[in-house]
Amino acid sequence: MEFSREKRLKARLAGDRRGDLYPHSLQFYLQPPTENISLAEFENFAIDRLKLLKVVENLGVSYVKGSDEYKSRLEREIRKLKFPFRALVEDDYDARRKDHISHFILRLAYCQSEDLRRWFIQQEMDLFRYRFNELNGDLVEKFLKYVNLSYGAISKEVKEKLAVQLLNSTPGLSGAKVEELEFYKVPLQDAMDLFRVRRVYLLNAFAYVPQTDIVAIVLNNFRTKLSKALALTARSLPAVQSDERLQPLLNHLSHSYVGPDYTIQKNIGKISLEHIDALSVKSFPLCMRQLHKALRDNHHLRHGGRMQYGLFLKGIGLTLEQALQFWKSEFIKGKVDADKFDKGYAYSIRHNYGKEGKRTDYTPFSCMKIILSNPPSPGDYHGCPFRHSDPELLKQKLQSYKIPPTGITQILELVKGMHYQLACQKYFQLTQDVDDIGFSLNHPNQYFAESQKLLSGGREVKKEPSEPESSQQKLSSQKSTNSCSIPISSNTEADTELEGLDAYFTED
Amino acid sequence: MAGFEPGSLPDLLPLYYRRLFPYGPYGRWLSYGGVVKNYFQRREFSFTLRDDIYVRYQSFNSPQELEKEMQKMNPYKIDVGAVYSHRPSQRNTVHMGAFQAQEKELVFDIDMTDYDDVRRCCSSAEICSKCWTLMTIAIRVIDRALVEDFGVKHRLWVYSGRRGVHCWVCDDSVRKWSCAMRTAAVEYLTLVKGGSETVKKVNLTDPIHPFISHSLSLVEPYFEDYALVGQDILGSSESWEKVVALVPEYILRLLLREFPKKHDSVQRWELLKKKMEKCKPSHAESEIMLQYCFPRLDINVSRGVNHLLKSPFSVHPKTGRVSVPIDLRKLDQFDPLEEDGEKENETEPEPKRRTRDYRKTSLAPYVRVFEQFVEEMDKSRKGELLKKSDLQGDF
Repeated sequence: MEFSREKRLKARLAGDRRGDLYPHSLQFYLQPPTENISLAEFENFAIDRLKLLKVVENLGVSYVKGSDEYKSRLEREIRKLKFPFRALVEDDYDARRKDHISHFILRLAYCQSEDLRRWFIQQEMDLFRYRFNELNGDLVEKFLKYVNLSYGAISKEVKEKLAVQLLNSTPGLSGAKVEELEFYKVPLQDAMDLFRVRRVYLLNAFAYVPQTDIVAIVLNNFRTKLSKALALTARSLPAVQSDERLQPLLNHLSHSYVGPDYTIQKNIGKISLEHIDALSVKSFPLCMRQLHKALRDNHHLRHGGRMQYGLFLKGIGLTLEQALQFWKSEFIKGKVDADKFDKGYAYSIRHNYGKEGKRTDYTPFSCMKIILSNPPSPGDYHGCPFRHSDPELLKQKLQSYKIPPTGITQILELVKGMHYQLACQKYFQLTQDVDDIGFSLNHPNQYFAESQKLLSGGREVKKEPSEPESSQQKLSSQKSTNSCSIPISSNTEADTELEGLDAYFTED
Repeated sequence: MAGFEPGSLPDLLPLYYRRLFPYGPYGRWLSYGGVVKNYFQRREFSFTLRDDIYVRYQSFNSPQELEKEMQKMNPYKIDVGAVYSHRPSQRNTVHMGAFQAQEKELVFDIDMTDYDDVRRCCSSAEICSKCWTLMTIAIRVIDRALVEDFGVKHRLWVYSGRRGVHCWVCDDSVRKWSCAMRTAAVEYLTLVKGGSETVKKVNLTDPIHPFISHSLSLVEPYFEDYALVGQDILGSSESWEKVVALVPEYILRLLLREFPKKHDSVQRWELLKKKMEKCKPSHAESEIMLQYCFPRLDINVSRGVNHLLKSPFSVHPKTGRVSVPIDLRKLDQFDPLEEDGEKENETEPEPKRRTRDYRKTSLAPYVRVFEQFVEEMDKSRKGELLKKSDLQGDF
């Protein structure tokens, strides 16, 4: 009888343990995962979470956080990437496990500098806030208990006694609301952000917090814990980085681009050199338009510019022969003679096309890479104009390109908020004359492809009738110091290494 | 107390430190029951010696050692700092970065100079019985908030010796507060904002938080005597123009017209109140009272865990007055100018026994307040220990 009881016990334990591990759809990530996983799962989980956090960032700037539009789009992305959204653990176990593991992997990549930490914490907090607000009814209290923030709700009698004080200390509440909402008794230390601005009632070292504000307290707690954890992680990083399998992956994650790499030129040979000038005005993003003009004006570009522009041209379909012809014709107008060109510059162009040396077919730079790596010095024309140009000069340039003043103002606002890609998206809208860009801009070649699509009538230009103008794009002038402030990589050697790795991270 | 000669300090201080300084209760205070290991030993003291020699990071193995050092050095001023991770006097033996300030009392410094824009009787370091009411009001307002809102149990209010008051909040949990918590507390307690460029420094909007309404009810009883009679803030056109600048535009013009017809500040205030009744959303009446009377805290003093503040019972080198605890039960009777300076104490006859001189001098009542404060903490600590051992089932 002992025997069968043991068996039953074991069976029950095996089933229950999964539930014990992830009892809720969200968590504070206090315990790191301890299982073994394959490198493939390691990468996939990390990339998916990074995609999710980038969507969180993007949506947070384009829509009011917590609005219906914001929530529905975020939910869509969460489902698509298979992250947790269901209340019951049985349906959600794999997603929760993925959530858990991917968070810890990204910690390794994002603990390394103040800027990276700030960005990571900001997005994780926004994600957490969304998921917390989606919890309904008693799940809130259950979760609070689970994370040891079990603040007790005050009784009806106490609430009645304190009704006037509660009403007067909590802005935005009516008498009816005070009656309706739960109020939690929170120790002073946990409600710091609320009492410092006198938005809550204090009595005898407790703050009486309405359930609508409890999320602020939980978030405060979440942020404090995550911040400490990242600092700790940073200290153990040397040990992790010595693992050769992980080092390049982690390095790349904090700089990665996760989209098509434009190595496969579908339009190869379809561009003719006579059209390049016209194309640069019509379909090139500002960075490439700037490089092209500089090349035409100076008959020369330095290395950074040659790489960025050269690979872009490859991406839009220029063949190696066309490229050689194009660059040579410009350079010999300058100070370079034909011989010197063939000996030096031609070699590196062939190198870019994978015909020399390592024979790696280099991929055109993504926006993230252009924004983050290799900032331009005086005499350079590469980089991202929205990131690297002085705003006054940028304004003048846009004026010279006949961008309407309201458009310029909007672009400059986005630049001030460090939303460089969004500024470029705005530039796309204004130059292509569409109301809604219709895609999220991540890559100069994507810009080109989309512009070409529009011009050839391959895309619906008008906005969708169901979405009113006002809710579409919220150009927030909110000070978002976190969203795009990711540090510049100063390691140019790693860059060339990364070229090969780009392929590693692309989507199928 | 005019006539105190700072030059007499070198003669008076040794007497003070030998006969009057209450070493007993002082040491008990800072030991906090000896519950935490080496708590007293890791405390920073700083001495200011003659000729402005300033010595920081002093620490002592026991209150007795502190006493000996004080009697040897006869410091002009003593400051109390934080409890550090290591003994401050040995900080050079510790790795950089490992020597950290860990705990300290939450302190407040309210300085009469910060009210210069709203008091007419004195300015800068001067104080008189008329403007001292501001300190009384400040203590009432802040103390209520500390006790009722923050749940503080052990706090000591001290006259700074010259132009203000200090508060030492000593609860165990509060001593552990981070810099952010201290700043948050000061922000909660702040209503008067803005420097010399700001005319209207208090702005109230509905709903009025209980902290504000409680504070107003403490200010109101003092307002007539202090502001209208004592400071006479509506006594002349020069002064009432400043007050009237704080009311809504249309009332302002009306009052400027009507005020000359009234006889004194009290009448004019009545008029102002009557007119304000009809501008209900505006809180100008309360805003005026608060701008003229509400406490003004120095955030820099309260914010840092490692901030040094003048010790209770330290002498103020410029006035010769001792930094004495204030009895809250007799708050309205406290008179800083009556407070005995060094000079008086020195003239007391030398008693036969050297110990416990302070009980026989005019310093005695202040020491009693201090002793009661320390005893309360001892009692409370014993109560906590009993509770803990009950829970653990110790017998």
